[in-house]
Amino acid sequence: MGAVLVVLVVLPFLVGALSYAVPVAASKVLAPVSGAAAFALSIALVPSVVSRGHVTAGSELRVDALSVVFLLATSFLYFATAVFSAGYLHLGRDAAGTRYGRRFYAGLNVFCWAMLAAPLVSDLALLWVAIEVTTVVSALLVAIDGTQSATEAAWKYILIASMGLGIALLATILLYYAGTSVFGAGYELSYVKMLAGAHRFPAPVMRLTFVLAVLGYGTKMGLVPVHTWLPDAHSEAPSPISALLSGALLATSFYAILRYFQVTAAATGSTFPRNVLLVFGLASLALAALYLLRQRDMKRMLAYSSVEHMGILAIGMSFGVTLAFVGVLLHVLAHAAAKGTAFFGAGSVVAKFGTKDMAALRGGVGALPWSGSMLVAAVLALSALPPFGLFRSEFLIVSGGLSDPRYGVAAVLVGLAMVSFLGLSWSTTQTMLTAGPADPEAAAVGVAAGRVATGGSRAVTKGEVSPWIVVAMALGIAALLLLGVHVPADLSRLLDHAAHELGSRR
Amino acid sequence: MTGHVPSATAGTEDVVAVVVLLTEFAMLRAPLLRSQVRLYALQSLAVSVLAVVVAATRHEADVYALAGLSFALKVVIVPSVMTRLLRDVEVDLAGSAKLGVASSTLVALGVSVFGFFAIGSLHVHSSLLPSTTLAVASAVVLVAFVLIVLRSDVVSQAMGFFSLENGVSIASLVVAAGLPLVVETTFLFDLLVAVVAFGIIMRVHHGRSKTLSTDELDRLRG
Repeated sequence: MGAVLVVLVVLPFLVGALSYAVPVAASKVLAPVSGAAAFALSIALVPSVVSRGHVTAGSELRVDALSVVFLLATSFLYFATAVFSAGYLHLGRDAAGTRYGRRFYAGLNVFCWAMLAAPLVSDLALLWVAIEVTTVVSALLVAIDGTQSATEAAWKYILIASMGLGIALLATILLYYAGTSVFGAGYELSYVKMLAGAHRFPAPVMRLTFVLAVLGYGTKMGLVPVHTWLPDAHSEAPSPISALLSGALLATSFYAILRYFQVTAAATGSTFPRNVLLVFGLASLALAALYLLRQRDMKRMLAYSSVEHMGILAIGMSFGVTLAFVGVLLHVLAHAAAKGTAFFGAGSVVAKFGTKDMAALRGGVGALPWSGSMLVAAVLALSALPPFGLFRSEFLIVSGGLSDPRYGVAAVLVGLAMVSFLGLSWSTTQTMLTAGPADPEAAAVGVAAGRVATGGSRAVTKGEVSPWIVVAMALGIAALLLLGVHVPADLSRLLDHAAHELGSRR
Repeated sequence: MTGHVPSATAGTEDVVAVVVLLTEFAMLRAPLLRSQVRLYALQSLAVSVLAVVVAATRHEADVYALAGLSFALKVVIVPSVMTRLLRDVEVDLAGSAKLGVASSTLVALGVSVFGFFAIGSLHVHSSLLPSTTLAVASAVVLVAFVLIVLRSDVVSQAMGFFSLENGVSIASLVVAAGLPLVVETTFLFDLLVAVVAFGIIMRVHHGRSKTLSTDELDRLRG
């Protein structure tokens, strides 16, 4: 199985390099094939990780159940985004279109490569390097449209995220410093080794390390108050990149925090790291819920929903029981599928209506019968409605909180999740499901199937932008239903293993 | 690995680290963007010297290679990339700082004292590693933050980030000299990629708005 790791860490990079050389039409095929291969290989890792605990290749590549959860989330989104991009990009046949297409596909594949490499490496310093590469590549992808607001978003993103990662690097070095008291001056910073020696690390250094790691990687994960780049980058990036940023990149940074959580919990006991995550999680959830209530820009709304869900992940970790950990990891997978689908839908709507302002998006479902309704479904899934995966995962997290028992926090979590639900579903259904004002008949009877609605003064013809967009969204909805209705037995065992690796007090 | 580090060499390391901190303060008050880039080159030179000192005193042959790489990248390549950018855009004065020179220096002094004592209060006395240099390094990082926050032009902010990286480099040299060379080299390569990305976005920004100031970048909010 070791070869699988090597292929996973090599293939997307090669495809990225190749995309820069071959015609864009070939990249449109290559990227989905590479994404499908990465997803299939990640699935292939599940049985051996469940039965043997871990898979290694050489001294640097190693996955355990926890890493495979994140590999699954990222590779799934890699695949779905590559499919979506084939329909989303309308590149002219001129030189500008070709240049844009080459840059886009090279960036897309290399971005996914870095995000896949992060959970594959065992060295925490290399983990930092992988995450820094994701920043650099994705910042260029955010800027790729070259508009004034895209440039602004890219500048804020690269500056704030790099500063955050500067702090994360300091955390990496402090961790090394903590380790020197056990391993001497020269050693490799693998998390396996750190976990083994952690109980002898000096506790004050480990506490500082953990706070710096949460602050540093939390910047990329979108935790309040270091989330400020996130709504800008998510809203200004091309929609496929928004989907990857939100569904996979934030999760990858969360993975880094989880590794520090493991080591710190082994060194100082889990109370301290859990409390740190609780503070950041509650702040994120509260702020995001309030912003969701008054958001009028479709993609910014989805971005704040990401902040909300990252807050839920942090709070779930703070409960410290296996049940909540299983919920957190399931949440990572379900959030990737839901947020990917939602951004695909937003991309489809924006391509159709030519604006992100939700007031102008009236009659979306009428104009886009498939992608519009799947967008509404994805938003309802993000509000944790059954039968979708996020309902199950949030249910597990809250049950974990009740068994912890932290009734107060669990109640606040449910309350704020309700507020976000209101904000998300109200503004989406208000616009997407209502008929356009210019069509009084449709307004009178609601959106009847087959009726074409118009947005504002702009006439919008009925029909999908591209079948590939529908296919990509259907993939996401199918995954959400699968995670919500019937979690496959192997996946369920994988989540259990991963939750146990995160440790728990009972 | 040499076991106990003699106090004299720890002294040398501290002196070099303090030089880095001083150049950070100088960058904070430099009004010309070109002089800021030169100060960064000087600061990077000090970091490379520190690498040589560490390599010599701890007999870590790897670190010599690191010193060479860090010299090539941070003293030669990064400053020349930035100088070329400045020549192309023909802007020389830094954008107006949000505080006067005196006030920003005072703020920077405050945070560097905080950083110094915060690390000192950890009370970790390792026979292998000097805590003082680590404390100075954290002060450099904090002053770099002040620089980024108070300056409102893209070049100063980028230079602030690169010098932040210098601060982390000091920490990594004194604390993690034993990190495998491949990892340290990857760090530097990473910095190179980041420099290129910063440069591209700065050029795009200048191309659109004909200025290096970040005052224009305030449209996205809420």
